[in-house]
Amino acid sequence: MALTDTQLRVVLYEGTGAAPIESDDRLTAVRSLLERGFGVTRAGAARPLAPADPSPLLVVGRWQDAPPATEPNIRWQSFDLPNLANAAEAARSGFAAPTPGAWKPWFPVIDYDRCTNCMQCLSFCLFGVYGVDTAKQIQVQNNDNCKTNCPACSRVCPEAAIMFPKYKAGPINGDVVSDSDLNREKMKIDISALLGGDVYSLLRDRSERARSRFGKERDSDKALAERQKCLTKLAALAGDIPPEVLMSLPSPEEIARKAEEAAAKAKAALANS
Amino acid sequence: MSAPAAGVPAILYCHCQYAQVVPPEVKAAVLKQLCDSNLPFEAVPDLCELSARRDPSLQRLAAAGPLKIAACFPRAVKWLFAAANAPLTPGTTEVLNLRTLPAADAAAAIVHPDLTPNLPTGKVTQADAPASSSTPSF
Ligand code: SF4
Ligand code: SF4
Repeated sequence: MALTDTQLRVVLYEGTGAAPIESDDRLTAVRSLLERGFGVTRAGAARPLAPADPSPLLVVGRWQDAPPATEPNIRWQSFDLPNLANAAEAARSGFAAPTPGAWKPWFPVIDYDRCTNCMQCLSFCLFGVYGVDTAKQIQVQNNDNCKTNCPACSRVCPEAAIMFPKYKAGPINGDVVSDSDLNREKMKIDISALLGGDVYSLLRDRSERARSRFGKERDSDKALAERQKCLTKLAALAGDIPPEVLMSLPSPEEIARKAEEAAAKAKAALANS
Repeated sequence: MSAPAAGVPAILYCHCQYAQVVPPEVKAAVLKQLCDSNLPFEAVPDLCELSARRDPSLQRLAAAGPLKIAACFPRAVKWLFAAANAPLTPGTTEVLNLRTLPAADAAAAIVHPDLTPNLPTGKVTQADAPASSSTPSF
C-alpha cells in the first residue's frame, strides 16, 4: 500500500436525524477506534457531513429514520458499540484503504525556521530518506526508508533543525533548542569522520580483515559474529543509534558507494542553488 | 504569548498511538473531557502517520479556521503539518503539549473556548520557552 493512500475515517454522527450517544459509550467508541488506528470525527448538528477531502468515511449514528443510501466513498451504519471496531475494519477493507499502524511513523521532520540548506543530512543518510525539491531545498522524501528509532541524522545537523517527534528527549523531539544543544559535541558529529573516517573505515577495515581470514576458513557464522562485534563498537561510537539499525547497514562496499552518491547529490544541489 | 484569537476553535486530538511518549493518564483525561463535552471534535490515532502519508485530512484541518490541537511540542506539530503541505496559521492555532502538561490542565484547556495562539515563528530558543512547562496557557 502506497504511503499516499488516504485512511478511513469514522464519523460518530449525533446531529439532526440521529439520537445522541451517551458519553461513556462515546468514550469507549472513540478510544477503541483510535487504538485500532482509525481517525474519528464526532459530528453534531453544526458540522457538515460532506467530506472536504477524499478520505473514505464510515458514518455511524443512532438513526431515527433509515440512514441515507451509501455514496461511493461513504458508508452509513447504525451505532453498534460492541461491533464498531469490526465494522470499521470491514469498511476499511471494503474501501481498500491502508491498514493503519503497518509502519511505525518514525521519520525526520525539518524545522525550516532553523534549516540553512547545508545538505549535511542528505550527504549523511545512506537510505535515501532526503532529497531536494525543484527549488533545490532539502526535503524529506522517503519517510518510510528511515530506520526506526534511529535519530542519527539529527546529530549531524549543525542547526538542530531535524526533529523526530517520537524521540524521548529535546530538542530532537521538538522541544526548544538551547545554545548548549548547539554546542554539544553530539550535535556536531563530524560528517567526514562518519562517512570516510573513524566509523566507516573501522567497519571497512574489520570487514576486510574478516574477509581475508574467513575467505580461508569459509565460516559464515564467524564472519557474522565478526560483523556483529564491529557493529557493537560502532554503536558505542555513534551514541544512541540502535544496534539493529547498524546491523541493517549495507555492506562496506555499498556504504562507500551510497555515501559517494549522496555526497554527489548534495554537491550538485549546493552548486545549483 | 499572543492574545486570544477570535472565533470558537475546532478541536483536534492526537492519540499518539504508535509511541509511548505521551503519558497515558494525560491522554485518558483529555479524551474523557472531550467525550463528556458537547463539542464536535476530530481525533486521530497518530498525527505523525498522517503527516508521513501527506494525508489530505491535514489540509482540511489546517484550513478549518481557528484550531486547538492536543498533541506534543508545538514546533514538532507545526512542521509535521507543513511536511504534509498543510501549513497551520500561526495567528489562529494553539497546540497543547500533552508531553508536558498535567492531565487536569490539559483536559481543562482542550475544551476552553478561548484560543491562545502559540505556534513558534522563527528560530525557537530557550528564551521562547514558557516560564514553567506545567503552567496552563490560560
Ligand atoms: S543538516 Fe540541518 S541545516 Fe543542513 S540541510 Fe539538513 S536539516 Fe537543513
Ligand atoms: S504529533 Fe506528537 S503526539 Fe501526535 S503522534 Fe506525533 S509524536 Fe505523538
